[in-house]
Amino acid sequence: MRPGNEFESIYDSFSNLVASKGNQVAEKLEKKHLLAIRWFHWINFPILFLMIWSGILIYWANPVFSIRIFGYELFHFFPQSFYDYLGIPYRLAEGISMHFLFMWFFTINGILYVSYTTISGEWRALLPVPASFKRAFRVTLYDLGLRKELPPQGKYNDAQRIAYSSVILMAIGSVVTGFAIYKPTQLSWLTSLLGGYEWARWEHFWLMASFVMFFVVHIGQVIRAGWSNFRSMITGREIVSSNEALPTVEPVPAFDEGVNA
Amino acid sequence: MSEVEKKDEILLEKVRGLKSETTDVGRENTAVLLREAKRLSPSLDDVEAKRRMRAMSRRGFLIGGATAVFGYLGYSWLKEPENARLFDRTFKVNENLSQDYFSARHLAPEFSREMAAEPRYNGDVGLTSEFEASTWRLQVAGMAAPQSFPQFTADLNNGGPNTSPVPGVLLTLDDIKLLPRVEMTTELKCIEGWSVIVNWAGIRFSDLVTALKPVAADYVSLKTPDNAYYVGWDMPSIMHPQTLLAYEMNGAPLTPQHGAPLRLVTTVKYGIKQIKRIGRIEFTDARPADFWAERGYDWYSGH
Repeated sequence: MRPGNEFESIYDSFSNLVASKGNQVAEKLEKKHLLAIRWFHWINFPILFLMIWSGILIYWANPVFSIRIFGYELFHFFPQSFYDYLGIPYRLAEGISMHFLFMWFFTINGILYVSYTTISGEWRALLPVPASFKRAFRVTLYDLGLRKELPPQGKYNDAQRIAYSSVILMAIGSVVTGFAIYKPTQLSWLTSLLGGYEWARWEHFWLMASFVMFFVVHIGQVIRAGWSNFRSMITGREIVSSNEALPTVEPVPAFDEGVNA
Repeated sequence: MSEVEKKDEILLEKVRGLKSETTDVGRENTAVLLREAKRLSPSLDDVEAKRRMRAMSRRGFLIGGATAVFGYLGYSWLKEPENARLFDRTFKVNENLSQDYFSARHLAPEFSREMAAEPRYNGDVGLTSEFEASTWRLQVAGMAAPQSFPQFTADLNNGGPNTSPVPGVLLTLDDIKLLPRVEMTTELKCIEGWSVIVNWAGIRFSDLVTALKPVAADYVSLKTPDNAYYVGWDMPSIMHPQTLLAYEMNGAPLTPQHGAPLRLVTTVKYGIKQIKRIGRIEFTDARPADFWAERGYDWYSGH
């Protein structure tokens, strides 16, 4: 130990403190998700599900989209077996009825969420900065096991910031393209801006597909992150240890004895 | 708080301070750059922290579970056939909102004549009965003074059984063609989702209204001669300049499949509203019956 190193001397004192307190080492509850945001999130989940479901009931009547490479059709949305298995055929009227009811809940919930996130300051935890893209790449490498350390982060890492902000943009895009398809004459300026009626339909479809892709990754990451993280989306809080603030060091023997005692 | 505990607290604060200075390099952390706030409770011991978490979990999952059950019951209720009127009511709310924004000045784009294609023949309701084009007349009911026209008829029902006489006019296709011919090349949009650019020629429906001076009505009912297919229109939509009574498609007279001798075409509603082979037009204040609305579709179906 170099003499005069303030950090190490404080750390030594801290180790003694920990040793003396044994298993009474303090913990804190960190409030991660505000009540309103938890409600917006969980209300959005079934509504978005119903929007996608009713959207597919509508799409069945004119299923024209596919993934193509150099004119070769890799995958057509959707195979007949998909429709048959889920009982989708001939439910166009039902799909339209549901879509044009739940669209209002989807839109209103989205507007409330964005407004609240703006006013409450939660946007600080959510928005990316230009350098986030570089760090998001590192996060991705970490998630794939190709990198040892996560870049420093707040509540969300930079990959999460980009993903969650993208989802907001996707939702806005879905509403905008949706209205362009819904009222292509009265809102012809909007429909034309999106490239016309047919393109608006294409965009609306691929935004839906992006939501599904987001959902798959999101569920995977939530499972990876574990129970405490998932529970924080219900209770809003997560237990963090008070000495979490300490840099990682060798185990303190005295501390271990205290725990076992 | 004892002296010793106070000292411990100060010490802990110092350690936390050191941490943020030494490892949280601000430039590399978006959270620091955007000044994200961290909300922490006061320190609790392990037992107390876990106790509080358990209590909050119980409460959260109970409220969440109850909400989920409630939501599921609500959805099941909604899907009962006898509650389908809630969907109809939603369509009506959407219709009223649409009407507020609707304007005859909002036009759909027109395309070049070369882009026009043959639309799909999609459904034959109202087109399968015997039909003699030479004896066809367009019946118009609901006029203010039908007797002032040479085409006046005292009873459009021709003394049919159990009906009171319906006065109106009987128009030939040549009568229709006396009104200004209008051409438009627009997208025909099917409620199934497909669209096709078609060139139409005919008269503006609004010109027919101007010529015939019907009663001031809220709606128009249109039916095929055999009454098998019927649609209801709101007045603002049918008066839109891109709503035509068409007699030609893509430069040729309408074929029977596409609605000869006269059909409705528009940019403000789906194809289901663009009735082919029109037999009777009636101006009315009662919301007219509509073939597809009776089968769960939006009565308004407006663009």
